[in-house]
Amino acid sequence: MEVSRLRRKCAHPWFQLRQLFGVNTPRLRRIVAKRWLEDVLFSLAGAVCTLIGLVTLGALFYNLMHDGLHRLDWSLLASFPSRFAERAGVLSAWVGSLLIMLVTTLSAIPLGVAAGVYLEEYGKKNWRTTLIELNIANLAGVPSIIYGLMALGLFVYMLGLGRSILAGGLTLACLILPIIIVATREALRSIPQEIREAAYGMGASKWQVIWHHLLPYSTGGISTGIIIGLSRAIGETAPLITIGALTFIAFLPFNSASELVTLRWLDNQFTVLPIQMFNWVSRPGVEFQANAAAAGLLLIAITLSMNAVAIVVRYRMRKRIKW
Amino acid sequence: MSRPNPSLIWWRRRREWTIESLLCLAAVSSVLITAGIVGILMVESARFFQVVSLGDFLTDTMWTPLFEPPRYGIMSLLSGTLVTTAVALAVAMPAGTIIAAYLSEFAPHRVRECVKPVLELLSAVPTVVFGYFALLFVAPLLQKIMPNLPTFNMLSAGIVMGIMIIPYISSLSEDAMRAVPMILREGAYGLGANRVITVFRVVFPAAFSGIVASYVLAISRAIGETMIVAIAAGQQPNLTLNPTEPAATVTAFIVQVCLGDLPHDSIGYKSIFAAGFTLFLMTLGFNIIGHLMRRRFREAY
Repeated sequence: MEVSRLRRKCAHPWFQLRQLFGVNTPRLRRIVAKRWLEDVLFSLAGAVCTLIGLVTLGALFYNLMHDGLHRLDWSLLASFPSRFAERAGVLSAWVGSLLIMLVTTLSAIPLGVAAGVYLEEYGKKNWRTTLIELNIANLAGVPSIIYGLMALGLFVYMLGLGRSILAGGLTLACLILPIIIVATREALRSIPQEIREAAYGMGASKWQVIWHHLLPYSTGGISTGIIIGLSRAIGETAPLITIGALTFIAFLPFNSASELVTLRWLDNQFTVLPIQMFNWVSRPGVEFQANAAAAGLLLIAITLSMNAVAIVVRYRMRKRIKW
Repeated sequence: MSRPNPSLIWWRRRREWTIESLLCLAAVSSVLITAGIVGILMVESARFFQVVSLGDFLTDTMWTPLFEPPRYGIMSLLSGTLVTTAVALAVAMPAGTIIAAYLSEFAPHRVRECVKPVLELLSAVPTVVFGYFALLFVAPLLQKIMPNLPTFNMLSAGIVMGIMIIPYISSLSEDAMRAVPMILREGAYGLGANRVITVFRVVFPAAFSGIVASYVLAISRAIGETMIVAIAAGQQPNLTLNPTEPAATVTAFIVQVCLGDLPHDSIGYKSIFAAGFTLFLMTLGFNIIGHLMRRRFREAY
């Protein structure tokens, strides 16, 4: 090699840098390539794991459709359970689910929203509110079957409500109360303080601020929480089995519209859709499994559409209100 | 200027006071529920332990309260709970964490916005439907791989349960990871780290409290999960750690007893409260651990 070329090469800044730091370009390239490969592999792993979840959801749908779609018709909705699989239906179950949900809604919503409003707007920072907050956080982690045991001891025997629709509805109300309280608090917290101050400045009392301003502005968030809570309640099986809901009921809780009005049905025994499905799953025989799949399709359709509504409500509220 | 009518002010104060008291009562109702849970479980368990000694309860290896001779060893139920929970966590913890890291650090914005709600639908599906799926889809599938697998087994129940609790882990952990300030990541990138290293060395440690909290929530979900195991894991108490065997869990036992018509004062009736109390203490323990971990590892930014 010519001396002049060598000298030129040594004078090049890259060469000097390499001498200075001992950087080895091919090695650097290899490291960069390896790091890039790591990124690609990890995001592939992430995509695969996500797909596992989605594929399971798909397989669940496919399985239920494959097994139960042919059983899903009006006669299923309009007939009582029966010893004969092809004549059995979910009439008493869906009516029971509906009535239970009615009791749950009417008791859990006022209680939950009121508790949320109190904790967020009235509660001062002292040991009592801290206790209530810790307690709610804990309640959200209590397994649903424990609520069932509590209801069995408290509602069914101690308060003497029996294995009735009222007891069942109250059980599920206790179960979804933490969800509604948390949703209410989050919705109220997202309203800026200026709104409250403006209303107070106009001479409104605390309750007027809440009733005329805070509650209307947080309807979206609160109703999202309520819908999520109710969709959870409608699929709950264990607590209702625990309080002794029957698995085989071949009558409706009321005989006529007038009985529906007099609320006598609150004392009647009941079954609900998930329990009916559980009963059919536990039986041997492909015919009953088809019934179970059809009931499962109904359940999934109800819960998923409720969740879809909640997502849409949340999305639209987020778009419309920007503080 | 006219002064407001004094009686009007009086009425208004009174109304405000009444409303505040009513709202306070509503808030206290949540404490009453807890008191009800603890009270009922303790009273009925106390009645159970008048008949059965605590030593038998904890050390006996059989659980047959409804047969002759009755034996009350909770361990054979707890082993079922333990195994199904372990299987579920083995599925959900890696998958959930990877999904969370993927959605928060790698995925494009639109993918995340679409995937997250759909994944959360997984936890919205009623558990009885998952039970059906575990028994009539996953178990036959596993039987093709392992021909000796019984129809009722803890493995399929655990796997389905794990998939069910993936969203609890992924969505909570993702929130925790996204709460890590961008500056920390930029510091890592500036030092030449790639995304994987940033995730493992920077984002994970910073979001550790939230990730652990999501694990603890998932554990307590898995312990308390009822319908999947009641349908797919079998209902026979079985002291084993082998997931390919059928076994009843604590929750499955409660369901099984409640399906029969037990008299109010029988020992079987009391035994479900003792089992439930054990379950409650376990989930309470995990909730407290989660709370403490969160406090201990909380990093303030």
